Amino acid sequence: MSQKVLDALTTKFGAAITHTESQHGDEIAWVQRDKLVEVATWLRDDASMLFDAPVFVTAIDRLDWHPIGRPSAEAWSEDKPRFEVAYQLRSSTHRYRIRLKVAVPEHDARCPSLADTWPAFNWQERETFDMYGIRFEGHPDLRRIYLYEEFVGYPLRKDYPKEKRQPLVRRDDLPVNPIKVETEFK
Amino acid sequence: MGVELSTTRLEDAAKWAKQSKLEQAQNWGRKFSLFTYPFVTACCGMEFMSVAGPKYDIARFGAEFPRFSPRQSDLLMVVGTITEKQGPALKRVFDQMAEPKWVIAFGVCASTGGFYQNYSAMPGCDQVIPVDVYIPGCPPRPEQVLDALIMLMDRVQTGRGHSQLRTKREEILAAHAEEG
Repeated sequence: MSQKVLDALTTKFGAAITHTESQHGDEIAWVQRDKLVEVATWLRDDASMLFDAPVFVTAIDRLDWHPIGRPSAEAWSEDKPRFEVAYQLRSSTHRYRIRLKVAVPEHDARCPSLADTWPAFNWQERETFDMYGIRFEGHPDLRRIYLYEEFVGYPLRKDYPKEKRQPLVRRDDLPVNPIKVETEFK
Repeated sequence: MGVELSTTRLEDAAKWAKQSKLEQAQNWGRKFSLFTYPFVTACCGMEFMSVAGPKYDIARFGAEFPRFSPRQSDLLMVVGTITEKQGPALKRVFDQMAEPKWVIAFGVCASTGGFYQNYSAMPGCDQVIPVDVYIPGCPPRPEQVLDALIMLMDRVQTGRGHSQLRTKREEILAAHAEEG
């Protein structure tokens, strides 16, 4: 549907677009991390693109991802970047729809911020930071948006224990807790 | 006095709840005028509205008047999921209510966390405040709520609500201290 956009991106940016995919009508362009802002600004401003509607930004944790019915080479491994940050964009002028993806390794969980390019991404990047711990560089106000400041860790990461709670307040006369969940956060 | 005071569990202390005629009369009045504070956070609120509406009509039992100020209410209804982040707010609302006060956990989420067993949901509001009656159900039927209210009224009359027992225990301790 928006194959034109993928073609234009590959022509214009060349090696900055590592590869492109097209699946079920969704066009995906994998962008090199340091070129993301440049690519996004061009998509927003170029007269043939005019991506004016930022739809969402989120991240995907590939830690325990074992795709069923896909080649095992697609499964996550140590040398592959653990996180993907996905930006979904829409152009209401040209009816284009495209997703930009950035690979983010675990030891260096940074990603350039697009909050200055599209202000609507401001809070969504904060949410992604809150849940996955991706640090968006250049974000004007990067802090937790849903969880409280005392919270340690990032709950939507796959290595966060499923029932690990971090209570703010408890009764002082609380009897022995019948629900014992002993899972240490790594 | 023959009353075991070393225990800290209010449940063990139901034997403190011996009442004078005056207290019985007070509690009779209290049980028919429970002013509710609906701490509504989730979808159970719909069911609470249904109970409060004309068809099931919680007003028949004297609990007709939702007061949206904790200072004017004596029955805290925790309706819906409580998150860990809401814990301090819930505790504060409870602390603002005047004694004696009672708490009903409305639905499984308020009672145990329900199916939200994850990083954000509190496993029952009794982690933060003492609860007198738990209502299971997701959401509970209005009949269950009325049943719970009648159970609570029985507790109020016999003086076995958490806050009543706490007050009683303090009174007995104070009397002991005076006797030396």
